[in-house]
Amino acid sequence: MNVNQSVPPVPSFGQPQPVYPGYHQSSYGGQSGSTAPTIPYGAYNGPVPGYQQTPPQGMSRAPPSSGAPPASTAQAPCGQAAYGQFGQGDVQNGPSSTVQMQRLPGSQPFGSPLAPVGNQPAVLQPYGPPPTSAQVTAQLSGMQISGAVAPAPPSSGLGYGPPTSLASASGSFPNSGLYGSYPQGQAPPLSQAQGHPGIQTPQRSAPSQASGFTPPASGGPRLPSITGPLLPGQSFGGPSVSQPNHVSSPPPQALPPGTQMTGPLGPLPPMHSPQQPGYQPQQNGSFGPTRGPQPNYGSPYPAAPTFGSQSGPQPLPPKRLDPDAIPSPIQVIEDDRNNRGTEPFVTGVRGQVPPLVTTNFLVKDQGNASPRYIRCTSYNIPCTSDMAKQAQVPLAAVIKPLARLPPEEASPYVVDHGESGPLRCNRCKAYMCPFMQFIEGGRRFQCCFCSCINDVPPQYFQHLDHTGKRVDAYDRPELSLGSYEFLATVDYCKNSKFPSPPAFIFMIDVSYNAIRTGLVRLLCEELKSLLDFLPREGGAEESAIRVGFVTYNKVLHFYNVKSSLAQPQMMVVSDVADMFVPLLDGFLVNVNESRAVITSLLDQIPEMFADTRETETVFVPVIQAGMEALKAAECAGKLFLFHTSLPIAEAPGKLKNRDDRKLINTDKEKTLFQPQTGAYQTLAKECVAQGCCVDLFLFPNQYVDVATLSVVPQLTGGSVYKYACFQVENDQERFLSDLRRDVQKVVGFDAVMRVRTSTGIRAVDFFGAFYMSNTTDVELAGLDGDKTVTVEFKHDDRLNEESGALLQCALLYTSCAGQRRLRIHNLALNCCTQLADLYRNCETDTLINYMAKFAYRGVLNSPVKAVRDTLITQCAQILACYRKNCASPSSAGQLILPECMKLLPVYLNCVLKSDVLQPGAEITTDDRAYVRQLVTSMDVAETNVFFYPRLLPLTKSPIESTTEPPAVRASEERLSNGDMYLLENGLNLFLWVGASVQQGVVQSLFSVSSFSQITSGLSVLPVLDNPLSKKVRGLIDSLRAQRSRYMKLIVVKQEDKLEMLFKHFLVEDKSLSGGASYVDFLCHMHKEIRQLLS
Amino acid sequence: MATYLEFIQQNEERDGVRFSWNVWPSSRLEATRMVVPLACLLTPLKERPDLPPVQYEPVLCSRPTCKAVLNPLCQVDYRAKLWACNFCFQRNQFPPAYGGISEVNQPAELMPQFSTIEYMIQRGAQSPLIFLYVVDTCLEEDDLQALKESLQMSLSLLPPDALVGLITFGRMVQVHELSCEGISKSYVFRGTKDLTAKQIQDMLGLTKPAMPMQQARPVQPQEHPFASTRFLQPVHKIDMNLTDLLGELQRDPWPVTQGKRPLRSTGVALSIAVGLLEGTFPNTGARIMLFTGGPPTQGPGMVVGDELKIPIRSWHDIEKDNARFMKKATKHYEMLANRTAANGHCIDIYACALDQTGLLEMKCCANLTGGYMVMGDSFNTSLFKQTFQRIFTKDFNGDFRMAFGATLDVKTSRELKIAGAIGPCVSLNVKGPCVSENHNAPIPQGGRGAIQFVTHYQHSSTQRRIRVTTIARNWADVQSQLRHIEAAFDQEAAAVLMARLGVFRAESEEGPDVLRWLDRQLIRLCQKFGQYNKEDPTSFRLSDSFSLYPQFMFHLRRSPFLQVFNNSPDESSYYRHHFARQDLTQSLIMIQPILYSYSFHGPPEPVLLDSSSILADRILLMDTFFQIVIYLGETIAQWRKAGYQDMPEYENFKHLLQAPLDDAQEILQARFPMPRYINTEHGGSQARFLLSKVNPSQTHNNLYAWGQETGAPILTDDVSLQVFMDHLKKLAVSSAC
Repeated sequence: MNVNQSVPPVPSFGQPQPVYPGYHQSSYGGQSGSTAPTIPYGAYNGPVPGYQQTPPQGMSRAPPSSGAPPASTAQAPCGQAAYGQFGQGDVQNGPSSTVQMQRLPGSQPFGSPLAPVGNQPAVLQPYGPPPTSAQVTAQLSGMQISGAVAPAPPSSGLGYGPPTSLASASGSFPNSGLYGSYPQGQAPPLSQAQGHPGIQTPQRSAPSQASGFTPPASGGPRLPSITGPLLPGQSFGGPSVSQPNHVSSPPPQALPPGTQMTGPLGPLPPMHSPQQPGYQPQQNGSFGPTRGPQPNYGSPYPAAPTFGSQSGPQPLPPKRLDPDAIPSPIQVIEDDRNNRGTEPFVTGVRGQVPPLVTTNFLVKDQGNASPRYIRCTSYNIPCTSDMAKQAQVPLAAVIKPLARLPPEEASPYVVDHGESGPLRCNRCKAYMCPFMQFIEGGRRFQCCFCSCINDVPPQYFQHLDHTGKRVDAYDRPELSLGSYEFLATVDYCKNSKFPSPPAFIFMIDVSYNAIRTGLVRLLCEELKSLLDFLPREGGAEESAIRVGFVTYNKVLHFYNVKSSLAQPQMMVVSDVADMFVPLLDGFLVNVNESRAVITSLLDQIPEMFADTRETETVFVPVIQAGMEALKAAECAGKLFLFHTSLPIAEAPGKLKNRDDRKLINTDKEKTLFQPQTGAYQTLAKECVAQGCCVDLFLFPNQYVDVATLSVVPQLTGGSVYKYACFQVENDQERFLSDLRRDVQKVVGFDAVMRVRTSTGIRAVDFFGAFYMSNTTDVELAGLDGDKTVTVEFKHDDRLNEESGALLQCALLYTSCAGQRRLRIHNLALNCCTQLADLYRNCETDTLINYMAKFAYRGVLNSPVKAVRDTLITQCAQILACYRKNCASPSSAGQLILPECMKLLPVYLNCVLKSDVLQPGAEITTDDRAYVRQLVTSMDVAETNVFFYPRLLPLTKSPIESTTEPPAVRASEERLSNGDMYLLENGLNLFLWVGASVQQGVVQSLFSVSSFSQITSGLSVLPVLDNPLSKKVRGLIDSLRAQRSRYMKLIVVKQEDKLEMLFKHFLVEDKSLSGGASYVDFLCHMHKEIRQLLS
Repeated sequence: MATYLEFIQQNEERDGVRFSWNVWPSSRLEATRMVVPLACLLTPLKERPDLPPVQYEPVLCSRPTCKAVLNPLCQVDYRAKLWACNFCFQRNQFPPAYGGISEVNQPAELMPQFSTIEYMIQRGAQSPLIFLYVVDTCLEEDDLQALKESLQMSLSLLPPDALVGLITFGRMVQVHELSCEGISKSYVFRGTKDLTAKQIQDMLGLTKPAMPMQQARPVQPQEHPFASTRFLQPVHKIDMNLTDLLGELQRDPWPVTQGKRPLRSTGVALSIAVGLLEGTFPNTGARIMLFTGGPPTQGPGMVVGDELKIPIRSWHDIEKDNARFMKKATKHYEMLANRTAANGHCIDIYACALDQTGLLEMKCCANLTGGYMVMGDSFNTSLFKQTFQRIFTKDFNGDFRMAFGATLDVKTSRELKIAGAIGPCVSLNVKGPCVSENHNAPIPQGGRGAIQFVTHYQHSSTQRRIRVTTIARNWADVQSQLRHIEAAFDQEAAAVLMARLGVFRAESEEGPDVLRWLDRQLIRLCQKFGQYNKEDPTSFRLSDSFSLYPQFMFHLRRSPFLQVFNNSPDESSYYRHHFARQDLTQSLIMIQPILYSYSFHGPPEPVLLDSSSILADRILLMDTFFQIVIYLGETIAQWRKAGYQDMPEYENFKHLLQAPLDDAQEILQARFPMPRYINTEHGGSQARFLLSKVNPSQTHNNLYAWGQETGAPILTDDVSLQVFMDHLKKLAVSSAC
């Protein structure tokens, strides 16, 4: 956020902080004038095109738009895109447009200056229209939003703003970086904006929510969807707006937010801190100055002049559609953390919306499954399908049946119902759960799902108390808890035989590539110790899991590692066309018993193949061999496949290189995601039948057709890991860490999951890594604590408010010790007859999880563009429905978002511009397929951070603080070249180093004397004994610990080549591949909504 | 007579040849009328300690269709340095090396005593012998242990530079790589899938596809040896390795459920062995040694399913056409045998099990490739152990008594044509002037017919050698010189030849048909050569040279070669296999076992193979080739029971008891395969081996009629020799037939 990228000057100045502020300004002024304008401009056009269609309308409307809020709304849509950003409804078309242009290019500084101008609603209007109506239109949509949003920025602005803004304002224009600072700093403007915005009625329903709202988070609950409004509320619009919506409170909150914002700024303080306080005011003032410069611009561009003038008049209030004015994910997350992270979430109440996934909270199970197991898109389900259709809000649950719990929470109790097995409803087979109604004095119970009345077996009989509850309800987990396990009887086992303990088979590619990269040696070395950490059940002394080893290239080598052998025996099977397992005894062994032989084997494997010249590999036969081995041993298990290349050897499942970038954006693009041959699916089915889960580790140097290779892992509940261009030196840690985690994690085998629902809705669609042979049973050869299944529900009848809607997810699986169990999760949801209730109880993160999965599956069958359009349309419909049915009446030009869904546009935009749906030039087909299948089984937390990466400033918070620094929004504007940032999305981890980072910081972190000496692309930070280094490394470790995959660190220097890579993850910005910036998308969304409404 | 006997014997010793007729009828028609066809028994590589091989190559007739080898029968013009081929009469120039030739300076091949001569050929790369063990692992623990020990022992008997390989099989087939340190490698094949030689070689990595990574030229020369030596290694190199490997061999680990046979993939194992050698060492001497402990139960070549409740086929099933797998399996093994033979390799079968092991189906593997076939009850018996050891016995030169990759060319005078061969060989399908179904050229009076056998082979010392045997016999006109011909009849050879023809027929025809055919031939022979008055059986006489022939035929009819009753198909195959390849003496023993008697009445003496020979105060020693039976008469048995042999005063009794044992031991030492050794006594259950062989002159039917106290009655309905002869005489003199 800090200003300046204005780099050049920085180095010299950086040190004399006091001087800084002043300095910047001066320098800026000059720079801004010349460079900024031109660049931005061009860029602008780029973005616009996408939206431009709208312009025409904008044109027409634009003129009028100038009017005050009301007017603005109307106009806004039209052409004020530009404005949108600045002022909400303002008409400042001309100026705004120019402004935007600047921004887009990245010359944010401009934007900011302009913004302020734009913000001045009244004034601006007049100007705008004439200049660039078209552009404006696009922006218009945004404008309103901005208005709403505006409030937020102020908050931030308070903290940061001052310094940054000043700097930026002064000279920052040229430097885009500054921009980021602006928004924050501009809080005041925002407020003004809000004034305009007033228009934007924050729809928000619940007051509480209102509080949550942007602001600053400080505040309370989420306010009206549009945070923006809230802020405004503070200034002027704020009140008006917010109140209408719901909350009067916002205004007061506004301040607090500001304070919070300062927090983040914290880091800056060192430089500007003294000034900060003063700044704020200055900022406002500062704008003035900035505008000054603008005029210069203005001359070249007609719009500009207008701006300048505008700005001049109303320094404070005016602002263009400011990124800070639009709903901020960071803010929402922070608010939720503050509001809900403190006390446990008690699941006793039906239809409660749990805290966000980003919030740390404890769960107390009082009858409903923890949100760690199940999250729903909405906790209030429309009673009728008509309502549901109208709202278009997908009804889905994201289920993670074996989710890991924090140590403070107890894992589900195991209930043993004896030989008769778990008690179930006779008709629908639902398992006994807290919602079952006992009647007739306890002699019968009525099924809560199908209403069937069942006899209570004598051994289960218990009297009821005066409330109709069984007196032993609290002694029995299945009557009092949301999640618990039953011991399964033999009836639940394959072939009516209790399963034997599962087995792990390690299948290692030993072709030339694997040997050359050192992979085989590394892996074998690691396995020696890793085998001591196989998952074990409970307090078991040693793992019951047996292990086996296979190596392969064009042929397969099985190893007999029976404990009685003096040396391992290798058995080569070359008949890959008709795979079989050559041995039974001695293939799968207990690690401890056969340790000597196994060690000897692992020592020898790298030697044996050291001189191999075999480059071809097979794939399908390998999995088949593993599966047959498990079949022969009559157990379930998991295959760990370490594979390097496209399997081109003559064998079933042979593939050819079909990578063709020319297909992108054609109707045939979908074929890139489809498997090449049906052999893989067939094989996967067999694997599932055997309970054989496949984890695939890929080490490709080139195209390996991930889309095809991942079919089996995908359908068997396995994972795929991909290490492109694997080099031991660079990727060792990442691979080993993933491997360790993957081997050690607790897995359920040979699982079947069934989701039962109360009458009225039923599960109709499933997403995730599994196989389904019918429409109801989800079959998972293996299921671990990371795998998630998303289930969509549809109405098949009316629901009723009183009884609500119940879900029961039953998972039958074999534990890693070979015990057959049933895990039951129950969840009760409310039903509603009012759409408002639905919108009030939604979870955007879950919604995004569902929509992403839906879209990612869609690309298999439809052109990517169609998929994107579908998403946009659906999003628009959802929001339009809200606007139409729930929001208080307001001008059509105003974008009103439900509080719960105010982040929907930004998140959805992230999904839309993700690599799968909008590939950039540098994204390989394999990467897309890889990500596609990863997302399929992600849980809500993972999708959340995956689509909207976390960006953490490193030097802002005091060095002593042990908590994670507050995140900043993923936009280049927010980067300060005097700071460093960590960015992570669950797969990647970057350390971005600003060009003017203090030398001392560089020294203490990298152990080099200057910025220029930092190795770009560095993946390991030196271990240094100083607080900063410790802190950063600690932070990196803790980030890694939160994710299921090891994130390899990449150090990116500002303005280095690698920065492109990094910028790809700044998802609020326009992406190189054509993805819209947040602001642009919001505008576009607004336009769509208005189309729907009109 | 004496002269002929001597002549015959001398011929056999020198050339390993015995003809049914030593004077040849001069036309085809007449030959047919002789009943017993003109044929010979040849032992191509008869051991000749007195015959040092010559170190040069044979001189061949230059006529491309003839190429007979220069021999003592050729006319030589020493002055012109020319020789005339005695088969095609082509005149040939001696090669330059023979420049110094003269009447007094003759090369060995021209000297009459070298009618059989052996040439050593220096040409061509010598390749080491190859022994490929194919081992069944579906054995009982102790059986497997015994087998492992035998195999380990055998390593020490192999020439150090011989290549060995190991294939084991059970449910799967494993081809072991022998040169691995630290880890033992094997290639595994599923036992149910037949593979072509090409596939096998591909899968074993023996065919090297052009490797992109490889620098082409310099590596190539070493390529071939490397590829093949992974599986076939010189004994001296991997001695220890292989010993360990064999030591670690485990029983087939796949579970065999109750009521099932273990799954045994013999067919595929053999196929892989054949394919391996075919790809790596075609046309060099190699032995595939199959050790199996039960019938193949899966895959190509399976003989019986794995359900124990369905027994393996019996003769009864075969007659009823009830043997489901037989035809297919036989075809499989025949295909393998033919390929093996074409590659100059051979297959031995060592089958040890109490039940049948499918020799019937597999017999062609040994039969067509000149391999051994050994059948025993268990690998843990001395029968197997010693037989196996005996394979590696050496001759007086210290060389193995085995040779490889032999081809036998037969050249004949124009008047003769070859009709076929019976023995451990396959036809090369050569078409030539000498091969025909019949011979019909006019025969010059008084001339001699000649036959030359040219055997190319690889000696066990890895040299290639050629042995040439050239023999000649007189022609005789049947009309005028019948007596002459008659006198030159070799009834022993004739009996064996007829027996082989009969056995050959029995392979493809119904048993009774073969017997009828034999009977008819015998009757015709008697009619032709007997002296009798028509319709007067009592007047029937046969000359000395024919006198034993009917008796041989009588025993042949009762022999296991033609009688399948009481024999399993495997046993029949086994007996026939050996019958078809032993020399004349051994063959005769098989037809008519030898019975010796030991008693206090005199020195041991051969006695009639007749029930009357079984007396209480005798010890009998019977040698049927396959069995050695020592039978103590009733009294002797009682004496022994009473322990007289341990009393010093009855030491002579002790010696009497010992004598047959010693003699038996002698036979046991010499014979291959080692016979089953049976020591029994009167009333013992094992006595049946003796009783079933002797001529049942006394049976429960005629015992009292004869009123004799001597001998032991045999409980059988078979006719005795006496009855047989009576009938024969009757039929011979009858004009009806």
